[in-house]
Amino acid sequence: MDHVLEVNHLSVRFGEVEVLSDLSFDVAKGSSLAVIGPNGAGKTVLFQSLIGSLPFEGAIRWAPDVRIGYVPQKLDLDRDVPITGMDFLRARSPLMRGAKGEIADALDLVGLSTQLSQKTIGMLSGGQFQRLLLAFALLGDPSVLLLDEPTAGIDEPGQRQMNELIHRLQEVRKLTVLFISHELTVVNRYAANVLCLGRRRVCFGTPRKILTRDLLDEIYGTPVGYHVHDD
Amino acid sequence: MMIENLLLSITMAIAAGLIGCFVVMRRMALAADALSHVALPGIGVALALHMHPIFGATAMLFFGALLVWTVEGKVGVATEALIGVLFSTALAVGSLMMNSREELVAALFGGTGVLAWPEILFGLVAATLVVVFVTTQRGSLVVMLVSPDLARTAGVNVRRLSLFYLQIFALTIALGLRYLGVLLMGALIIIPAVTAKRLAKNLTGMLLTAALAAVAATIAGTWLASYLHRETGPVIVTVAACIFLLSFLRR
Repeated sequence: MDHVLEVNHLSVRFGEVEVLSDLSFDVAKGSSLAVIGPNGAGKTVLFQSLIGSLPFEGAIRWAPDVRIGYVPQKLDLDRDVPITGMDFLRARSPLMRGAKGEIADALDLVGLSTQLSQKTIGMLSGGQFQRLLLAFALLGDPSVLLLDEPTAGIDEPGQRQMNELIHRLQEVRKLTVLFISHELTVVNRYAANVLCLGRRRVCFGTPRKILTRDLLDEIYGTPVGYHVHDD
Repeated sequence: MMIENLLLSITMAIAAGLIGCFVVMRRMALAADALSHVALPGIGVALALHMHPIFGATAMLFFGALLVWTVEGKVGVATEALIGVLFSTALAVGSLMMNSREELVAALFGGTGVLAWPEILFGLVAATLVVVFVTTQRGSLVVMLVSPDLARTAGVNVRRLSLFYLQIFALTIALGLRYLGVLLMGALIIIPAVTAKRLAKNLTGMLLTAALAAVAATIAGTWLASYLHRETGPVIVTVAACIFLLSFLRR
């Protein structure tokens, strides 16, 4: 099988603290990988090293022609900067290849109106802002999406829409998706493989193998109350 | 000489307004203000060597910007404390290097000495550089402002862009030293940008408003200063602050 990403013996250190240690896994082209684990387990750090934002030891090998679309976790941004959604999306256009209509297409895909894109980014609701970030990630025709809790701060129906949207995009555009999530139901439904970063151990496998009560309790260090039904 | 002076001060103000937008949006206002202090020892060295002060100031500002950039890239260094100690010390040492009170006042608050042609040339070239940088890099600067990680995945060389941005910012300070001095140039960069941030509804609006407010403050301030027989720099900054206050009338 073709691999889009191969990670071998990855370790990331912040001074004395080893946040990730000796992590190895790979991601098949067109598949989806869920990254789960308790807060502080290094999920975001893993993504940041995958995009080259952090120094690391070990090897991260992306397939040669890979184009990454990234949706970061909640941003520390001044809410009253006069940057509109459109300013933000246009900011990418000189940096990307592809057609002019790409911004309109991306907005359409994530379900944001042109009118909303004229609002400043601080005026958007949490859900609208997440959609904007996804639209940004879709510009430049990515082959891989890295989504760091893409539905955080969105209401229940919004989350379902967003998850469906990502899933549909993945199928239509043949994308490889890596996503961080705390929603184990979502992980079970959409992920082909699960990478779970625990406090004491790391595990990797299919949802059916990973999402068992005993393993989850061990990884989160507390009873989670979730398991995959056998139906 | 009047025309050159006017042209130079207008281009300087445009540069200050434009770069100020990103300084304010990146929440670097205080650090940026302190950076201007390092120009003073540069002026001192240039005067001792019988060079034009602008070149000594620019060299020191570039060095200061490089220092900020290096510290930015390190994790766990208290940037604020370092800037507080180092740049204030530069102000003290620089003050000791001045030969007279008049020289010190001119360096701190701006003074109207004779405008020599190397300075005019330097000013126009530098101002053009600042305007070209902001207009061509505005997209990358916006993405970097929202998230450096996002900028990286969009193909921006974040470290290099940060360095260019800081050097361009240092150049803008150097441009304004003649009019506003080491202590007040930061204010002409920051106040019009803050005003524009309040008034504008999008990025282009903010850039235009900031440039316009800075030019208005500079022209009105220069005229008012000669009318009132006051130092130019403090009057320009006071006018800029008045424009900021007026912005509260809207909405």
